[in-house]
Amino acid sequence: MYNLIGAGLIVIGGGIGLGQIGGKAMEAIARQPEAAGKIQTAMIIIGALLEGLAFGALILGK
Amino acid sequence: MFKAYLKSAFFVMVFAAGVQVTAQQKQPTDNSHETSESQVTDGGRVNTPEEINEYIAHHLKDAHDFHLFSYTNDAGERKHVGFPLPVIVWSSEGLKTFMSSAFHHDDDGHVFVEKGGATLTKFHSKIYEVEPGATALTLDDEEHPTNATKLLDFSITKSLFGSLMVGLIIFLLFSGLAKQYKKKSIPTGSGRFLEPLVLYVRDEIARPNIGEEKHKKYMPYLLTVFFFIWISNLLGLTPLGFNITGQIAVTVCLALFTFFIVQFSGNKDYWKHIFWMPDVPVLMKIALIPIEVLGIFTKPFSLLIRLFANITAGHFVVMSLIALMIVLKAQFGAFGSTGISLLLSLFISVIEILVAFLQAFIFTMLSALFIGMAVAEHDHHEHAGSSEDDLDEVRERFV
Repeated sequence: MYNLIGAGLIVIGGGIGLGQIGGKAMEAIARQPEAAGKIQTAMIIIGALLEGLAFGALILGK
Repeated sequence: MFKAYLKSAFFVMVFAAGVQVTAQQKQPTDNSHETSESQVTDGGRVNTPEEINEYIAHHLKDAHDFHLFSYTNDAGERKHVGFPLPVIVWSSEGLKTFMSSAFHHDDDGHVFVEKGGATLTKFHSKIYEVEPGATALTLDDEEHPTNATKLLDFSITKSLFGSLMVGLIIFLLFSGLAKQYKKKSIPTGSGRFLEPLVLYVRDEIARPNIGEEKHKKYMPYLLTVFFFIWISNLLGLTPLGFNITGQIAVTVCLALFTFFIVQFSGNKDYWKHIFWMPDVPVLMKIALIPIEVLGIFTKPFSLLIRLFANITAGHFVVMSLIALMIVLKAQFGAFGSTGISLLLSLFISVIEILVAFLQAFIFTMLSALFIGMAVAEHDHHEHAGSSEDDLDEVRERFV
């Protein structure tokens, strides 16, 4: 029961994090379209790290 | 160039060989499996959530036979479509080799196979050797057999068969490409598709992360791991039912490769930053050691969990959406439920194609990043002066 609530919290946290990353990356690209490639790569890396954390917590907590 | 591709092919073979061995190190405690006796059947047809759950759980696990689908014919017989794969186990009586058809698709430890003095049975996708004289498996509270021992299993399982297939595909594709380069011609056919990908891995992944001079040495590994994961992921989306990168043993093996490459290519600076971080107070240095040492292991750990979890979750969602067809049949009728499930699973499958590439990209990218961190040269010009010198330096650069 509690692990399911924990899993839900993890997903909420991961969602907030991914939203922040995506939103900020969009803003940055809008401000500097010529740096879009670099920003995208950095965004994907951070997104992947976050995702790894969330999935790790989900699997360990299951 | 050709040599590099040969090396890549060799790497793939080694992966494939290593995969099954690591599979055996898995603890038998990962069974979140429902009891298989509670199969609810309605005239033998699959139409209950329990059975769907079981079907999905079975798909996500490795299997000893290549099973495409099964159905119940009008006479009430269960028919299985697929083909058996070799079982190779090390039993108390030595090495035993036979085809998995000997088990007659049984996965609950009901069918016993006699092979030269050893009695073998298959229970929840694992081969057990039953104690002599036993007529049936006895289970404890956690669904583990008590009168049978688990064996060292070198079988060509479905996932191993799949990864060998991926190895063969990569070998054929890239040996063709290498041959074309030997003739000094522009690549034709599949080469035209592969060349940009190879260049992409080199220019977007290896060069920026590892560096101009050193990236060449790591290109064979990065290319191999990229194409292995990508093609395995794509193979998982075909109706053949492979789930190669969704096996934790496979991802553990891949992450171990990255782990060892990073550790063995780590230079003096890399180890210095772990055990005696420069430019911080001594107390801080000591406090940082355990954190940095932990960091060595968490990096590959997050790599393996990410790939495993993404692919498992993807397969789970695709299969659940296909199963909607059966679950919603009562509410929407046969055509309605099929339409809903078709649309949703098509949508998620398209996303999965993107995820297949993205996961291969991220695994390769992070591997390159970790390798880059290990081989990077830090020029510690002695900070004998003060921060003012640095400030002047920065100012000079801008003014």
